Amino acid sequence: MGAVFAAVAALLLIVAPASQAATPSPTPSPSSTTFQNSISGFLRGDDRAPLADVTITAKSGDFTGTAKSGANGSWTIGVPTQGTYEVELDVNTLPEGIKLADGQENPRKVTFSQTSNLSVIFAFGKGIVVQEQDFGQNLLNRLVAGLSFGLLLALASVGLSLIFGTTGLTNFAHGEMVTLGAVLVFAFNAMNLPFWLAILLALLGGGLFGYAQDAGLWKPLRRRGTGLVPMMIVSIGLALAVRYVIQFYFGGATQQLPYAQSAEIQIGPVSISPNNLWSLLISVVVIAVLGVILLKTRLGKATRAVADNPALAAASGIDVDSVIRIVWVTGGMLASLGGILWAYYRPGVTFDMGSQILLLIFAGVTLGGLGTVWGALFGSIIVGIFVELTTVFGLAADLKYVGALFIMIVVLLFRPQGILGRRERVG
Amino acid sequence: MDFGFILSSAAGELLSPTTAAYALAALGLAVHFGYSGLLNFGQAGFMAVGAYGFAISTLTFHVPFFVGLLIAVVCSAIFALLLGIPTLRLRADYLAIVTIAAAEIVRYIVTTNQLTSVTGSANGLAAFEGDFYAMNPFPNGDYFGMNNRDFFIRVVGWGLVIVCCVLVWLLMRSPWGRVLKGIREDENAVRSLGKNVYSYKMQALVIGGVLGALAGMVFTLPRGAVQPANYGTELTFFLYTCLLLGGLGTVLGPVVGAMIFWVVLSLTQGVLYGLIESGAVTWLNTVQAGQLRYILVGIALMLLMIFRPQGVFGNKKELAFA
Repeated sequence: MGAVFAAVAALLLIVAPASQAATPSPTPSPSSTTFQNSISGFLRGDDRAPLADVTITAKSGDFTGTAKSGANGSWTIGVPTQGTYEVELDVNTLPEGIKLADGQENPRKVTFSQTSNLSVIFAFGKGIVVQEQDFGQNLLNRLVAGLSFGLLLALASVGLSLIFGTTGLTNFAHGEMVTLGAVLVFAFNAMNLPFWLAILLALLGGGLFGYAQDAGLWKPLRRRGTGLVPMMIVSIGLALAVRYVIQFYFGGATQQLPYAQSAEIQIGPVSISPNNLWSLLISVVVIAVLGVILLKTRLGKATRAVADNPALAAASGIDVDSVIRIVWVTGGMLASLGGILWAYYRPGVTFDMGSQILLLIFAGVTLGGLGTVWGALFGSIIVGIFVELTTVFGLAADLKYVGALFIMIVVLLFRPQGILGRRERVG
Repeated sequence: MDFGFILSSAAGELLSPTTAAYALAALGLAVHFGYSGLLNFGQAGFMAVGAYGFAISTLTFHVPFFVGLLIAVVCSAIFALLLGIPTLRLRADYLAIVTIAAAEIVRYIVTTNQLTSVTGSANGLAAFEGDFYAMNPFPNGDYFGMNNRDFFIRVVGWGLVIVCCVLVWLLMRSPWGRVLKGIREDENAVRSLGKNVYSYKMQALVIGGVLGALAGMVFTLPRGAVQPANYGTELTFFLYTCLLLGGLGTVLGPVVGAMIFWVVLSLTQGVLYGLIESGAVTWLNTVQAGQLRYILVGIALMLLMIFRPQGVFGNKKELAFA
């Protein structure tokens, strides 16, 4: 485990001088750098042309923040706390001939929900009327979005569940593995690498982090015979350290990955953003491939054998350590992928994005049953859909995680082994 | 670099009300984890229940100070019961996940804009400490470099810490405490002696939770404000660091652990800021220096758990885990 600390220390010392230069901050307005939370948006006319030099103000109590839209129409106002703000677009600064669309509230009240960035959309032109969605339509859209969210949660929770199954560790640092994926894509993209390469490198980085964690920390601890509760607390220490290392380099602001802004498209009765659709497809394919590997290959059988009974697996000639190593690498890559998709789902990259959904990942894993892979998949989808659907049924957006956590507690009350778990797993 | 100032501000942390609050909350964790083996990861939730219970009953229902205090304590006891009923029969890691989830639920509920009129949402509540300071027996003046308000809150905070320490110490050497330690060592053995393990665990959970609620109040009174952002999961993890620094199954451990935690945090901040101002360190800005301290907290938590899980004062035989 010394290796990990040495590596962390070395990283801090070596990379730090370069970090100021290497960390880009493509923030359109200077005010956004002073606060961690921001309200932002893009101003485009009805012909999609960006609107520059329009003044927008955000007010809450005695705080007032102002921003002018940039040449690409983007504006950002840094705000001190995540509360309710009154956002007003100064119509006198609009270019000639451009007017707010009918029915656009101005000024309007906006409220943060969970994320540190809040997007406000102003629609312009005569033809655009904000459509009132009917309930059924909304329900269907949220259902699909929830499925997409649940599947990206599943990517992370399947890894967590595999690690729990094979080593017994409840890994609180899994949220940071999720963050790492998104942060790495942002960093590689900022180095002007092609987008596909940035994603590939981020996935590799996630796998490497998983490998390094196992080789440098968890394997030596297993050798020492450290108990599961101490290991859990060690993982909390690791989570804190990694979270703040990421913040150290990345800063507290919300950044966007490339192609994060996309207009919703209509597929049959469902309207969904292309990013969400991609996220859904990618998750399904990855999970299907993983399922085939687990069920059909020798490696998959070995993994399930180790999860079932490590001692028996070792006795029947399975190299338990190497299986666990592969599980950590896979878990790291899956978490990274989940993190990248989560960055598009929110949208935005922050240093604490992973720890925000850590409990939802746990909820997915415990709902399905600790240590069962299919349970984790099933539980995560339920959590994802539940989180999105609660807003349709009238729960406030900033309370949508509460429902999922509450359901987890209730399920534990009546079926502690989870939906797909076996009773014997609960001691 | 002004070493005198750095040292004096570090020494100031030694007896600050925040340190007292951390000591109380960590003492509650010692009752949970150190003595009973209950892995409560939701101590921040108990602190939030205490702080908000007091602030809301004062501001919304205009009750006198001691009634508000009583309401906060009762709320935290109820919270402990609600948590304990589904989880105390389960394995340790389930309790951990449920308590951390419950603490986050509390934080989401006090943050939501739906309840702004009662909880103040993200901005929190303020100006509920009037009744408390109205009871200040110390006249205006200088007390060891503090004004009478600062002195009063320190006396009350640390007085509370001492009283609670004595109570926990007496409890743990009573027959009740011996049963609790027995449960930590081997639940089934205690059950076979005819003890109701579930009920003992529940009592321990309530006592530790009430200590957490008191800590929440001591934490918020000197600030005169309570904000949900202060009660995130990090707070619980910092409390675990304090507890592990001092020693799990000890009474003084959490108190000394909290002192060490805050003195070291203050020292590193002073030294890092001093180095940055004097130009000796250029690869770090003051914001990053703050983050560097928390990186160190995380690493310290790992190292402590790996190399000295019993803490400074602890006894390895008294560990809640093998």
